[in-house]
Amino acid sequence: MSHRNLIDITDLSIDEIDGLIATAEDILARPERYARVCAGKQLATLFFEPSTRTRLSFESAMLSLGGQTLGFSEAASSSTAKGETVVDTVHTVSCYADIIAMRHPREGAPFAAAQRSEVPIINAGDGGHNHPTQTLTDLLTIHREKGRLNDFTIGFCGDLKFGRTVHSLVNALSRQTGIRFVFISPEELKLPDYLKENVLEKNGLPWEETASLEMAMPGLDVLYMTRVQKERFFNEADYVRLKDTYVLTPEKLAPAKADLTILHPLPRVNEISVAVDDDPRAAYFRQVRNGKFIRMALIMKLLDLTV
Amino acid sequence: MNIDSIQNGVVLDHIQAGRCMDIYKYLHLDQLDCSVAIIKNVKSGKMGKKDIIKIDSPVEVDLDVLGFIDPNITVNIIRDGVRVEKKHLALPERLVNVIHCRNPRCITEAEPQLDAIFLLTDPVKRTYRCAYCDTERQR
Repeated sequence: MSHRNLIDITDLSIDEIDGLIATAEDILARPERYARVCAGKQLATLFFEPSTRTRLSFESAMLSLGGQTLGFSEAASSSTAKGETVVDTVHTVSCYADIIAMRHPREGAPFAAAQRSEVPIINAGDGGHNHPTQTLTDLLTIHREKGRLNDFTIGFCGDLKFGRTVHSLVNALSRQTGIRFVFISPEELKLPDYLKENVLEKNGLPWEETASLEMAMPGLDVLYMTRVQKERFFNEADYVRLKDTYVLTPEKLAPAKADLTILHPLPRVNEISVAVDDDPRAAYFRQVRNGKFIRMALIMKLLDLTV
Repeated sequence: MNIDSIQNGVVLDHIQAGRCMDIYKYLHLDQLDCSVAIIKNVKSGKMGKKDIIKIDSPVEVDLDVLGFIDPNITVNIIRDGVRVEKKHLALPERLVNVIHCRNPRCITEAEPQLDAIFLLTDPVKRTYRCAYCDTERQR
C-alpha cells in the first residue's frame, strides 16, 4: 500500500511538520483558495470513544476543503457492538471513504487498523497513548504565538502519565533545538519512564520534574495544562484524590512572564479557572481554532492534494 | 550419561543452564513426534554449566525466538550424522507472536487475533516495545 498514515507524530519529519504549518498559515490567510480542494472526497470519522472537539474539528476541516464526511461518534452505533474487530470495521469503511480519522479507547488500535486499511488512517487519539493531530495543533499554536518552534522553556502540568497529548508533544519538541522541559505533576501522574529514557535522555535534552506549579511558573515561556482524565482510571478513588491537584488561577499567574503562552488541549474541567480566560496569555481557544486549519493541511497532505 | 548421536536433526548448544525448558516451551517442541533429548547441566569449559537440546528430525527452528531468549545459543544442523552448519544468533529486530503485551489497555489485549508484534528498541538493554502501544518488555 502506497498511502501514508499518521499514527504517531514521528511518522512526520520535521520538514513535513514545517510544511504543514506553512500550509495551515496560508489557509488561515487565504481560506477561499482551499474551498474546493477536496471536492468529491470523503472523510470517515470513526469515533469509538466520545469526542466533541476533535471529531467536529476534522469534519469542519473536511467541509471547509469542499469534501464530505461520514462516520459514527460512539462504539455503540458501530458494528463493534456486534463484536466486530476494529481492524474489520476500519477495513470495511476504507472501501467507502478516501481517508479515515479514528479515535479508539485502546492503545495501538489505529496502528492495528492501518495494517489492513486501503486508505490513509489518521490517529485521532488512542487511549492514553498518542494524539498526533493535537500535537500538530499545539505546534501550530506555539508557532503562531511565539513565532518559532525552538529556544523556549515549556512546562507540562497535571496528568503527565495518561496525557497522550503530552507524550506526543514531548516527542515532537524533542526534535527541535533549544527546548527545556519542566514536568509538573503529582507523584502518581509523572511522565512515563520510557519517554524520559528513550526521548529526553537519549537526545541529551534538559528536563526537570517538580510537584510545584508555583516554583516552576517564573521560568516558563509556555505552560501546557492538562486535565486529569476520569476515563483513564480503573479506580475512582484515585481519580477523586488527584483531580484537583493543580488549578491555574490569576493569582498563580502573578509571577509568570508577560509573554507566557498558556495552552490546554481541552476540554477542561476546573484546572484552569474561567477568570484566566480573559488574560491575553490564555491561548487555548485560539489553539482550538488552529486545530481545524492544521487538520485541513494534514488531510490535503495525506490525500496528496495541492492548490 | 550417554545420549545417542542424531543422524538428521538439530542440536541447540550453549543454552544457559536452566533455560532449556523455556526453549522447549517457546519452540513448541512438545508438539513434535520425533525424539527430543533435553540435557541439563552439562559441563562446559566456557560456561561452567550449560543445557543442550537434541531434536532427532530436520525441523525448521525459529531463530528469532531463540535469538530473543538467548542470542548466545548455537544451532547445529546435522545431516547423516555430521554437522553441516553452525548458526550463530542475534537479537531479532522484530518479534511476531513470541511474547505478548502486558498492557491491559493495549488493543492486542482486547483483540487477541492480532499478531503480537514487538520491535527491538534498545539492543544494549535488550529492550523490546509493543508495536501497538509502546509498552516495554525486557529479556
